Amino acid sequence: MEHIRTTKVEQVKLLDRFSTNNKSLTGTLYLTATHLLFIDTQQKETWILHHHIASVEKLALTTSGCPLVIQCKNFRIVHFIVPRERDCHDIYNSLLQLSKQGKYEDLYAFSYNPKQNDSERLKGWEIIDLAKEYERMGVPNGKWKLCDANREYKVCETYPRELYVPKSAILPMIMGSSNFRSKGRLPVLSYCRQGTEAAICRCSQPLSGFSARCLEDEKLLKAISTANSGNHYMYVVDTRPKHRMQSWWDTQKDIGRIIVRISSKIWNDEKIRESDEKKRLNAMANRAAGKGYENEDNYSNIRFQFVGIENIHVMRSSLQKLLEVNGSKGLSVNDFYSGLESSGWLRHIKAVLDAAIFLAKAIVVENASVLVHCSDGWDRTSQVCSLGSLLLDSYYRTMKGFMVLIEKDWISFGHKFSERCGHLDGDPKEVSPVFTQFLECVWHLTEQFPQAFEFNEAFLLQIHEHVHSCQFGNFLGNCQKEREELKLKEKTYSLWPFLLDDKQKYLNPLYSSKSESLTVLEPNTVSFNFKFWRNMYHQFDRTLHPRQSVLNIIMNMNEQNKQLEEDIKDLESKITQCKNGLLTKDLLHVHPESPALKTSLSLKEQSLLPVNDTLRAIEGSNPPDNRYCDYPEEFSKSEPTVVSLEYGVARMTC
Amino acid sequence: MEFAELIKTPRVDNVVLHRPFYPAVEGTLCLTGHHLILSSRQDNTEELWLLHSNIDAIDKRFVGSLGTIIIKCKDFRIIQLDIPGMEECLNIASSIEALSTLDSVTLMYPFFYRPMFEVIEDGWHSFLPEQEFELYSSATSEWRLSYINKEFTVCPSYPPTVIVPKSIDDEALRKVAAFRHGGRFPVLSYYHKKNGMVIMRSGQPLTGTNGRRCKEDEKLINATLRAGKRGYLIDTRSLNVAQQARAKGGGFEQEAHYPQWRRIHKSIERYHVLQESLIKLVEACNEQTHNMDRWLGKLEASNWLTHIKEILTTACLAAQCIDREGASVLIHGTEGTDSTLQVTSLAQIILEPRSRTIRGFEALIEREWLQAGHPFQQRCAQSAYCNSKQKWEAPVFLLFLDCVWQILRQFPCSFEFNEHFLIMLFEHAYASQFGTFLGNNESERCKLKLQQKTMSLWSWVNRPSELSKFTNPLFEANNLVIWPSVAPQSLQLWEGIFLRWSRSSKYLDEAYEEMVNIIEYNKELQAKVNILRRQLAELETEDGLRESP
Repeated sequence: MEHIRTTKVEQVKLLDRFSTNNKSLTGTLYLTATHLLFIDTQQKETWILHHHIASVEKLALTTSGCPLVIQCKNFRIVHFIVPRERDCHDIYNSLLQLSKQGKYEDLYAFSYNPKQNDSERLKGWEIIDLAKEYERMGVPNGKWKLCDANREYKVCETYPRELYVPKSAILPMIMGSSNFRSKGRLPVLSYCRQGTEAAICRCSQPLSGFSARCLEDEKLLKAISTANSGNHYMYVVDTRPKHRMQSWWDTQKDIGRIIVRISSKIWNDEKIRESDEKKRLNAMANRAAGKGYENEDNYSNIRFQFVGIENIHVMRSSLQKLLEVNGSKGLSVNDFYSGLESSGWLRHIKAVLDAAIFLAKAIVVENASVLVHCSDGWDRTSQVCSLGSLLLDSYYRTMKGFMVLIEKDWISFGHKFSERCGHLDGDPKEVSPVFTQFLECVWHLTEQFPQAFEFNEAFLLQIHEHVHSCQFGNFLGNCQKEREELKLKEKTYSLWPFLLDDKQKYLNPLYSSKSESLTVLEPNTVSFNFKFWRNMYHQFDRTLHPRQSVLNIIMNMNEQNKQLEEDIKDLESKITQCKNGLLTKDLLHVHPESPALKTSLSLKEQSLLPVNDTLRAIEGSNPPDNRYCDYPEEFSKSEPTVVSLEYGVARMTC
Repeated sequence: MEFAELIKTPRVDNVVLHRPFYPAVEGTLCLTGHHLILSSRQDNTEELWLLHSNIDAIDKRFVGSLGTIIIKCKDFRIIQLDIPGMEECLNIASSIEALSTLDSVTLMYPFFYRPMFEVIEDGWHSFLPEQEFELYSSATSEWRLSYINKEFTVCPSYPPTVIVPKSIDDEALRKVAAFRHGGRFPVLSYYHKKNGMVIMRSGQPLTGTNGRRCKEDEKLINATLRAGKRGYLIDTRSLNVAQQARAKGGGFEQEAHYPQWRRIHKSIERYHVLQESLIKLVEACNEQTHNMDRWLGKLEASNWLTHIKEILTTACLAAQCIDREGASVLIHGTEGTDSTLQVTSLAQIILEPRSRTIRGFEALIEREWLQAGHPFQQRCAQSAYCNSKQKWEAPVFLLFLDCVWQILRQFPCSFEFNEHFLIMLFEHAYASQFGTFLGNNESERCKLKLQQKTMSLWSWVNRPSELSKFTNPLFEANNLVIWPSVAPQSLQLWEGIFLRWSRSSKYLDEAYEEMVNIIEYNKELQAKVNILRRQLAELETEDGLRESP
């Protein structure tokens, strides 16, 4: 609380982001310990969680006041005008402090209290059990075993305690391979496809440097390969772009050349000072250290493949460019598409999906196992392994299965959520939208296969919201070890039970579970199948959305159908009772408030955008600034309309 | 002329057909006067029947004696025929070329087509101007029907009957016609019942370089204004283009002579610019191997969505003047037969709930496109694959349909028709067995005796069995004005048209069916609940009667 100097400012204006004529709402701004709250004169509330704030900017003073622009990690952008500069300055300073916490313990999750007792909270954490998930895959079995080498996080700090490795993998192999791999992240099982023995395994890059080999690592890969009797070879997929590794290889050659030169100087007894050459050598050696990829000559029966996904820095600036383009007022179609192109965002999304398809194909078509790595094996590797599994196994396309997938390939295998999402005040270069890209890939799949997923778009958006909200413990920290140290399971709540409680909101009404459990999705990744995800990047810019949402209507109708089925049962039993002369007074009222009849389709319109002044207003005015997740509620809140005539008759006769 | 002269080889065996989404079929190729037919002569394979008039361009290739003809259709489909024998192939190709580019309209298929269905309602009489006028006459007495153009002498591109202000007599109309491009004097396009404001359309005024004026013209359009109210003149050309038009005798309304009108210039492209845009877009959509950058670059370079945005924005502007500003609007470009009609018809989609029903939309097309003299025959003579760059070919109507689709996407429950309806209209505008889209205006249609000699598209569409395919299951009448978003993020590529042959829509179609099932099931349940409720109520009344003697 010590950061809050001003808690309330009146007469603050909230500008419309896309309006070119500075339309605004006037209201009061409140600053609480966890949220920034704006209440306009219509009593409409806009809540912004401090942790969601990505940046706060104070612009130059204008005649109407001091502008304050807040950009959020959920892509909400608000533009306030605070009448007095002092107030603006106070709010600005407070938000700077509040949005960047130094310690985990100061994050919202540690104070968030949804009024549950300890056992309820613990039960929430137990919803997802990864041991059960491996059981579901049929592991351990004759080929794969649970390895307890990492019980105390001694082999690899960023891996989970439970690692599944080939049955023939003995401890020295595991230790040796771990030492040879970046951050100790040795090859372990991520997904095993039932009915075959083909598996997805993951690891980090080998520290092979110039030419180093590690026999244990080679043996471990051999063990993975032979664990699949379906095929004699396996793929090793390096998710990094080949050209980047090429330049690394060139560096290696340069180093070689310099070494030769230096040695010749030594040979000639020349004095070696802190020469330029030595400096260069050091720099290059540093860069080269911790890089490498498997040499096909050293590993038997592997097929090595680059799949070309860019690194976290490229992705970060790509998203930044995308948001810059989309944020501009009066954007032209050409600027939009050239911005979309130059940001490279969709190109990256396509690259990730293509890599996942490569995996799925190797497993389904060739029945070959695949080992995936990037550099450290926690960003691109997580993307590719999880999406590959999602394509292969329809379980991951259910709500529960999707949670399991995130827990397995992202949380437990040490995707650095806190660093990538910037939960704490840290190195901005570590922030990157790697997980957002994963969600977007899933969204593209839901667009191509509208019936394959149990969940809908709102589910993806809600997960994205909470990955950044720090309201739940799931995504705090960077690896399991860190999470245990933070005692998250004792001190915070898990997100999943809350999502499951709200299941109705997140169900895909068109979902068809009839499909075989092992139906493989074969997405088409022709460029024209990739679209800009408006509902993610403009989820709060409601004027850009369709005014009627088919998804919501069908969702409501599905609900209504269930209610109607109930009503029919009810009515039928009453009619039978009536016929049997068992009618009693209190049975007369048949659900008089049955929601089914009250909700009519005519309420589909959200707000039919009232446009009141100039043409520009058409483009975006009066945005009903509700959070996307409030969407379904808005629809169900429909006012009662025409009560059918039959119903009227029924009441009158009662 | 006999078609037989053009058909040197009427039949070839062992032809292999390749088309999108179907396995290759081997069969017999037959050419008739109007169709290209390929049949495998097996029971369960679908035959290909392709109208020659649907063929936009053909390419031929030879490998040894095996010839290949690639047929590019006006609906953007591309099919390939492998024909054994060089001579046969050349003959077929030259026949197709000749038959798909017949000079005379009266040789077109609609004049030969004999419908196999029972006509319930003759579409030629479904939308008469008198009926349309009746809809207005209950609300206003300020307008009248004029038969001044009965002989098509005053304005060759207008229908015989038009709606004009009551206070303006036919003599004045004649003078105004002389002052407007193509004789297209201002006529009523839409009457907004809510506030009595109107949309009128016309050709450009022929002011020329020396600023000619026409008192009757001023009087005519002022007659539509309420006392003390201003109106808006929307010129669909940029100020620059409008100024240049003066040199050619055209021009725009001078403030001095129209003080009660505020002029707004928008810039909607026409002619070859649009045609090139279409050609580029279809080319981009047909290429599966483009990487992301190239695809986005090509999509941008086509400018198609820019045109969509521009047209929609202008239509919103017009609608806004009417509904928000409470002001009447006169819309024109140069001729008043292209961008003008896009804007007037889209404004009505936005403003008028009736035009969002199937019947109302048909009436809109009849009124604002066919009778208003959009030169369909010229504009739709060729499509995206044609090399002959004729000035008058332009996808003006397709752009309009695309704009409607964009609004439909944003208001998926406010339209009685679905996307298939729009696609069907696109197909028939370019190649059809019906006479509806033949000719360039009513005068030409009259001379061709289309009503007597051909079948109307509406006769076919408005049968219940067809209508069910085009009905939007989500439709719920929405009596409000619907304002679409025209931000680039809200506009989308119309996949149903442009990616129709480039990617399978199997999963999307299945999902659509599932949605329809849910809606049908809902209706069923509602009906059942109502029946049960009534039953119960009856039982209860009986019971009550028994209790109280």
